[in-house]
Amino acid sequence: MNHYRLDYSEIDLRVGLEIHQQLDTKTKLFCSCPTLLSEDPLKNSVIIERRLRVGKSELGEIDPAALFEYRRGRVFRYVAPRDNTCLVELDEEPPHDVNREALVISLAIAMALNSTIVDEVYFMRKIVVDGSNTSGFQRTAIIALGGFVESSQGRVRIQTIALEEDSARKLSEENGVVTYALDRLGIPLIEISTAPDIRSPEQAEEVAYRIGMLMRLTGKVKRGLGTIRQDLNISIKGGAKIEIKGVQRLELISKIVELEAYRQYRLLQLKEEIMRRGLSEELISEESIKDLTEVVSKYKNKLARFIRETLDKDGRVFTLPLKGFRGLLGFELGPNRRFGTELADYARAWGGVGGLIHSDELPRYGIDEEIIKKIYDTLSLNKDSDAFIIIIDQRNKALKAFDAVIKRIKQAFRGVPEETRAANEDGTTRYMRPQPGAARMYPETDILPIRVTKELIDEAAKYVPEPFDVKLKRFIEDHKISRDLAEALIRSRYLALYEELVNKLKDKVSPQLIASTLINTLKALSSEGLDTSVIEEKDLIDIFTELAQNRFSKEFIPDILREKIKDPKKSIGDIVSSLDIRILSLEELDLLIDKIIGENKEEIIKRGERAFSFIMGKVMDQVRGKIDGKIVAERVKDRLKNLLI
Amino acid sequence: MSETNQIMKHYNLEPGDLVRIKKRDLVIEGIIMPPYIFTDPWVLVVKLRNGYNIGIHIEEIKELEIISRESIREQTEEIKIISQKTDLPHIKIIGTGGTIASFVDYLTGAVKPAVSVDELLEMIPEALDIAYIESESIMNILSENMRPEYWEIIAEKIYDVMKKNVYRGIVVTHGTDTMSFTASAMAFAIQSKNIPIVFVGSQRSSDRPSSDAALNFIGALVAASKAPFAESVIAMHNSSSDDLIAVHRGVKVRKMHTSRRDTFKSINAKPLAYIDPIKKELIIEETIYSPRSSEEPILLNGFEKRVALIYSYPGIQRDLIEYIIDSGYKGVVIAGTGFGHVPQDLIPILKRGVDKGVAIAVTSQTLYGRVNLKVYQTGREMLRAGVIPCEDMLPEVAYVKLSWVLYRAYDMDRIKEMMLRNYAYEISMRHTEDLFIR
Repeated sequence: MNHYRLDYSEIDLRVGLEIHQQLDTKTKLFCSCPTLLSEDPLKNSVIIERRLRVGKSELGEIDPAALFEYRRGRVFRYVAPRDNTCLVELDEEPPHDVNREALVISLAIAMALNSTIVDEVYFMRKIVVDGSNTSGFQRTAIIALGGFVESSQGRVRIQTIALEEDSARKLSEENGVVTYALDRLGIPLIEISTAPDIRSPEQAEEVAYRIGMLMRLTGKVKRGLGTIRQDLNISIKGGAKIEIKGVQRLELISKIVELEAYRQYRLLQLKEEIMRRGLSEELISEESIKDLTEVVSKYKNKLARFIRETLDKDGRVFTLPLKGFRGLLGFELGPNRRFGTELADYARAWGGVGGLIHSDELPRYGIDEEIIKKIYDTLSLNKDSDAFIIIIDQRNKALKAFDAVIKRIKQAFRGVPEETRAANEDGTTRYMRPQPGAARMYPETDILPIRVTKELIDEAAKYVPEPFDVKLKRFIEDHKISRDLAEALIRSRYLALYEELVNKLKDKVSPQLIASTLINTLKALSSEGLDTSVIEEKDLIDIFTELAQNRFSKEFIPDILREKIKDPKKSIGDIVSSLDIRILSLEELDLLIDKIIGENKEEIIKRGERAFSFIMGKVMDQVRGKIDGKIVAERVKDRLKNLLI
Repeated sequence: MSETNQIMKHYNLEPGDLVRIKKRDLVIEGIIMPPYIFTDPWVLVVKLRNGYNIGIHIEEIKELEIISRESIREQTEEIKIISQKTDLPHIKIIGTGGTIASFVDYLTGAVKPAVSVDELLEMIPEALDIAYIESESIMNILSENMRPEYWEIIAEKIYDVMKKNVYRGIVVTHGTDTMSFTASAMAFAIQSKNIPIVFVGSQRSSDRPSSDAALNFIGALVAASKAPFAESVIAMHNSSSDDLIAVHRGVKVRKMHTSRRDTFKSINAKPLAYIDPIKKELIIEETIYSPRSSEEPILLNGFEKRVALIYSYPGIQRDLIEYIIDSGYKGVVIAGTGFGHVPQDLIPILKRGVDKGVAIAVTSQTLYGRVNLKVYQTGREMLRAGVIPCEDMLPEVAYVKLSWVLYRAYDMDRIKEMMLRNYAYEISMRHTEDLFIR
């Protein structure tokens, strides 16, 4: 049993999704630049450097998330490729009129989600001062409210649907300079927010797939990595609403939900432990921070290199004594995540330090028992019950970091602090910044209100994907696939791929074959114990495209997939060439048939009309899999006819 | 610009009311916002709890219920008492309005002058490390509404400030559209300046995180406190990046872009200096200037209001010029084509004007380069008609200067002499190769 899995109804897990999908429009949302990314943004581009300041919101308040970014005092370097950016992305020209195509597509998606469309669209400025928008805000408008999407574990409500501009693409960050490419800035993005109706990690993933599918079925959204991104809002009973940003891979969603629920659950246990020990919040304060540089420097040659290097650069060793905290800094919160890891995130985010060292992880980094004892003694702490944190850096950075660390420790007395977190590759998350308040929104006055006219709605209706019952009927009647298979398809994450393949290859590959491959073949491979998750959509597209070109016969599809799973790095093209499944040419087939007929002339004459199945069997023995049996039958018939006449 | 529209009257709503609306089957709660200027009269603008505004049309409203009535909070004018360092150079700030001192007005949905100089300082606290600041807002207008009458008020104020001999420099916040006109007006109206007058504005309103206001303002303060010259200048972004602030001579600069931060460009001249707003340093670029002095400034205030500035173009009608000449205008600046030409058929009318005592000053719409009326026949005929070729003066500068000259000279020879006399480096007799746009 998975160690991190909990009883989700017991802890009252609630998850809401925010799905961001790029729309496939000709031009950007507020200018006439194409919506294509540059392979090398530095090529033929201009570089601009900017700083951002905290803006006052409409109500005269300053947003905490904005203030956090501002205090970091970073410089933003913008790389603006001339092919896909103009003065609008550079914040040197006001936005043009809203892209009508983008508005129409987003209205279509809203209709597909049963949402109520607003009557006039008002673009807002959402303050974002991490530099990802040159203006310091993201232009965003709600175009619809309400609606729902069905899932196998029940209906999930939609709260809002917004049309907004995508942000700039971060290229790097070093020494306080963050570099962004502006090619992505301004690509139209639809944001769909669900209510916190999702109750399990699996449901979260399913709903994300469902919504992603619906959008894709409009045929007007972008495809590929980075074109769809999800944020998750996760809470449990007694926990807090945690926002997790920028999940690019759908397969990671259930894992992230599981681990975040676990983290909150453990933080609540940590709080209980703190209460049980009767620890005091007041004792944790900046005043107790001690500079132990002199003490620790005596053991300099024992210490890890990164510590020695910091000390050489005038770094100081600051320590924070934590009475009664022994064991709590090492308190497990997830895979490779401890309470100390959370504190280190805060230290990094607020102080810009490399991290921190805590007593529960020692001895480590060359800090051996002798040094540990020395520190405990100097701080007048008891080794069996107390703990301490070390930060080694420049004075002001270290103290800023400790300031954040102390605040975070105090929050542990109350449970789970509200925060915005970022997803790691392994499904864990890390602290990113405080949650923005509502104060960060004010009207985008450069854009006039847009009346949603009947004309716009009618245009949007053309892109609304057909309802699932209509689709089912069409699959059964037009595509001639069985009801069971059609129903499985509708539920499948390959639904959009199926439709795209049928559209593209309808004269060359039968819908039945496509459907049964996507549903039955993959399932069969799974039950053989193979990991079908390594098969990407692109592989399936490649298989059917090559099949349509008669490069191999359909009987080999399972073999090709098996080979792909065995060696995921190989391309479908390589696999087809390596397996001996090349299709036979008609000339080769005819020669073979003629040869077999020649060898069996007597038998043919003897059998007369019934000779067909005899010859057919003999030919097929030699060509099975290398050419379609139907073709073989035709040619054999043809050849026999000539002979028998 | 009413704060309510038809639908608000229909439901008896005020901005700030918290309402619950049933739109079809959806229940929406939010605060009523004042309509924008282009809001449909039958659309309610509602601010949702998440901060978004949406519009709901009356036909879509099944039910509307007012939950509570509370007026929208006024922008609080509460300014913290800012502690200042008295040992820093004293700088006087004179507020006249413009984007640098503006705020989003969500009644009309546009940028509107609203922010006081004090509020600006509150937003740019690092300004207080550069100077000891005293500020005074003497008007609050968008620069497109600027008039010569206002130049006179500003000149009077600046002159008073200069005479006090306690300030190291003056910073004037101003809208960018006509900033170079006002800067030129100050160049002429106050002679023998003792300290610099630094005009500053912004191209992005100061409520935006990406606003250029703060950096321009810091640049202006550094220029006002550190510049060795005592001239009327403009301090604005040098490039699209937030790196350098260029300090342009007010009579040699022009707004050259509708929206860019680096819209101001020195024409036929180099900027006087650059400011590094991060290091707070001034880098001098032009070495010929009027230095700071301890002499009394001289106020030569007053501008003639009946002066026109027109463009020559193919097809320009004779009666346009005739109207100007016959309806009491004292002077006209023509931005001619090329060397400063007008169509030949206009020349007799120009001559009639000059004979009548209307001063006709000629500049070029090419902006770059010098007027020369000797190269072509047309130019020579214009010269014989008695027009004043204004060397390399920008059309706007010639307009301000002619208004100033005509206020104090009546004799055509005297007018001509004054127009061609270099009062504030508005004429440059040497154009080196590097002065033209690349």
